[in-house]
Amino acid sequence: MNGVHEDMLGEVRTTFRSGRTRGVAWRKAQLQALLKLLTEKEDEIFEALKQDVGKHPVEAYRDEVGVARKSATLALRCFEKWMAPQKGRIPLVFFPARGAVVSEPLGVVLIFASWNFPISLALDPMIGAISAGNAVVLKPSELAPKCSSFLANTIPLYMDPEAIRVVEGGKVVAEQLLQLKWDKIFFTGSPQVGRIIMSAAAKHLTPVTLELGGKCPAIFDTLSNSSDLQVAVKRIAGGKWGTCNGQACIGIDYVLVERQFASVLIELLKKFTKKFYGENLKTLENLSRIVNKHHFDRVHNLLKDPKVAASVVYGGSVDEENMVIEPTILLNPPLDTDIMTEEIFGPLLPIITLNNIEESIQFINSREKPLAIYAFTKNDSLKEKILQETSSGSLTFNDAVIQFICDTLPFGGVGQSGLGRYHGKFSFDTFSHEKAVLHRSFLIELEPRYPPWNNFKMEFVRLAYNYDYIGLVLLLLGLRGIFRTNRRQ
Amino acid sequence: MSECEKDLEVLRETFKSGKTREESWRRSQLKNLLRLLEEKEDDIFKALKQDLGKHQVEAYRDEIGTLVKSVNYALDGLKQWMSSKKAKLPIAAFPSSAELVPEPLGLVLIISSWNFPFGVSLEPLIGAIAAGNVMVLKPSELAPACSSVLAKTIPTYLDSKAIKVIEGDYSVGQKLLQQKWDKIFFTGSTKVAQIVMAAAAKHLTPVTLELGGKCPAIIDSLSSSWDKNVQMIKFAIPKMFGENPKESHSMSRIVNKTHFLRIKNLLDEPMVKASIIYGGSTDEDNLYIEPTLLLDPPVQAAIMTEEIFGPLLPILTMDNIEDSIEFINAKPKPLAIYAFTKDEELRRKIISRTSSGSVVFNDTIIQYAADTLPFGGVGQSGFGRYHGKFSFDTFSHEKVVVRRSFLTDIWFRYPPWNDHKLQLFRVGFRYDYLSIVLITLGLKKA
Repeated sequence: MNGVHEDMLGEVRTTFRSGRTRGVAWRKAQLQALLKLLTEKEDEIFEALKQDVGKHPVEAYRDEVGVARKSATLALRCFEKWMAPQKGRIPLVFFPARGAVVSEPLGVVLIFASWNFPISLALDPMIGAISAGNAVVLKPSELAPKCSSFLANTIPLYMDPEAIRVVEGGKVVAEQLLQLKWDKIFFTGSPQVGRIIMSAAAKHLTPVTLELGGKCPAIFDTLSNSSDLQVAVKRIAGGKWGTCNGQACIGIDYVLVERQFASVLIELLKKFTKKFYGENLKTLENLSRIVNKHHFDRVHNLLKDPKVAASVVYGGSVDEENMVIEPTILLNPPLDTDIMTEEIFGPLLPIITLNNIEESIQFINSREKPLAIYAFTKNDSLKEKILQETSSGSLTFNDAVIQFICDTLPFGGVGQSGLGRYHGKFSFDTFSHEKAVLHRSFLIELEPRYPPWNNFKMEFVRLAYNYDYIGLVLLLLGLRGIFRTNRRQ
Repeated sequence: MSECEKDLEVLRETFKSGKTREESWRRSQLKNLLRLLEEKEDDIFKALKQDLGKHQVEAYRDEIGTLVKSVNYALDGLKQWMSSKKAKLPIAAFPSSAELVPEPLGLVLIISSWNFPFGVSLEPLIGAIAAGNVMVLKPSELAPACSSVLAKTIPTYLDSKAIKVIEGDYSVGQKLLQQKWDKIFFTGSTKVAQIVMAAAAKHLTPVTLELGGKCPAIIDSLSSSWDKNVQMIKFAIPKMFGENPKESHSMSRIVNKTHFLRIKNLLDEPMVKASIIYGGSTDEDNLYIEPTLLLDPPVQAAIMTEEIFGPLLPILTMDNIEDSIEFINAKPKPLAIYAFTKDEELRRKIISRTSSGSVVFNDTIIQYAADTLPFGGVGQSGFGRYHGKFSFDTFSHEKVVVRRSFLTDIWFRYPPWNDHKLQLFRVGFRYDYLSIVLITLGLKKA
């Protein structure tokens, strides 16, 4: 079987070597084709997303189609600018010299997409890879089979099939692909699989970008203004259940709040959750589905621990046959239970109370660095403390999840939440090699660079590294002894 | 807890205290490093002479001098590098603001190689300090005198609760690699790099790998004929290194017997030996190999398939200088490509049709000293980069900070969903603000 993939990779590599994907015309054509695909096949995409994760078309547009369109449009507009060499200023001592940094494609890149945003997490990195001039092999997640099959069937109709391939399959196919030599691997998924990817990449010294997850906390400070409070809670509800029903790497995993404020938060959460998503299990709407039985069981099991079940203050009902778990709020489940040690990736929202909101910093720091931290507060000194004392991919004050949409902001993790980043120009960069180019002339040759060595040359080299041009001139004129300048401290 | 783990605990505690994030701490460490380089210069020269037979001027030119330059550059740039950068946001986000805030990664491991034992140890150290990290430096045991100087001097000049030197061989390296680091910076061979990256993968630790490869030099015919060029190289060698280079003290020694034998073996293949046109003698007792030129050794021989890392210079002739591009592309991507030519068209072709860490026209090696150019490889020559601000970046995480207000809320971001909201998202993503207003007012249907 691996012979098949090897041949496929060989073909794609040959295409890359021909130089075709480096041309401006090719990149433009691919990006335009992708936009055409997103326009003409929109209904099919909505249908596939509905079937795989139960996404409503509005959520599907907002989080997938719209995101991919926006990225492709930006890349089309900017990729030529991104391709342009950047001049580097070279110190005078190298004169005459010209320095530049030139971006070039890495070659053939492998992109693994995950199942929660099966379209945008496949296409967004692909847009970056194409705008940087690479050839691409895309492996969509088998846990979103309709989307995977949509991509496999549609991409070859619109885009260059000799340079852009889609390979479907599960774990076995993924492992086979990982045996091969790639110029870059881009992976979105869990930290456990991230480790496997990076280990495989190590065999070929392939650079990787890993977009992982973690438990993204929301710090909820006491807000006295009523309308601020309403907006904040709406944003939390949206940040928890609004994106793939809690199955999002940047979704809010849990909330930290001061004890006396918890009930206010919970009451408002209940109100908005009902408003956005329905009153109860039977009338749920506007929510994505749990992706499959394995994940349904996993999330359901988090609730089975009796101490955890006892902490449920809203929701908690489960429809096993239809794999539905209603939006559930818990108050202080024990910190050593799975729901508080593992990434939930589902519609359960634990609320943890603290004596003092500042304790949230230590709470977060005693856990792995998350992809995102959200902090709802108007207290500037608390904001500063959180900024200085925590580490995360991103930190957002008074909102959740929206940092994803902004192309001028790099999107990526740190520590266990990942390495590398993308979006906007960062996507272009992540799939490029920035080559340093130095042009020197034969005109001036600094003899002191070469042996045989003597004291004069030693002095010369010392002065050169200090950019002590006056000293150099004096040295060359033999006047150095007279005007000895001290070495710079 | 082992000794090593205890050491790391101390470093982690220091990092947690926030001390290394202060600009004053970083500045004082860098200034102390400068003092170390000045006050311990003689010790450094002695150690380099002992380990590698490096002449003082070469040692200054390639190691101490570059470090002095880099520390000064970091001191100059530090404030600016540490500051946040504002990010532009679309109007729809008003009145929000966003910035990129650099922060240290935490506990960093620097593993250095033996050929520039000071340069390649301290250059990354400068970046790690400037970025506010705590660190462990593991110098190469193949340059023991240098390793020892580093181990003795660094604790007396730098903050020993934040910067530690751990000496040792392969087994110490292995033990260190099993720990959890926030970043590993490695300079060395591809073989060891694979081990380092595999170990890093267990903890999802980001790595920078500065490797090597066979860096080619393309020599275009310029103004004189090819034979004349070869003659000129033969002439330059004794001019720089004397008639008897072994006595000249201007050439470094081969580092140890293992490498001596490795390089000697490259010459021992019969077809290779037959291609020697200059030099070729070796002295095992003194670990000395003469600067040697070879003309068209067989391309399948080890000397042409493995990184030589020694004083043998094979010269390959081509029918057409442009064939060199294909020749280079058939091999793994090197760290640098050097091309001596005045032909603009050839230069363009080399830049666009080959891939390497860097390309230098009409000179060699010197790109190492240019702080504004990133220094790093691609493909088998490595990934990641450093020097200048790139060093600071390689040891930093650029955290995105977004500040939003409660004042304006995009009402259509929340369910319940309907077609109206879908239309608004459509135009919203296009930043078509006018349409958003019109649709909201019911004056337009998308």
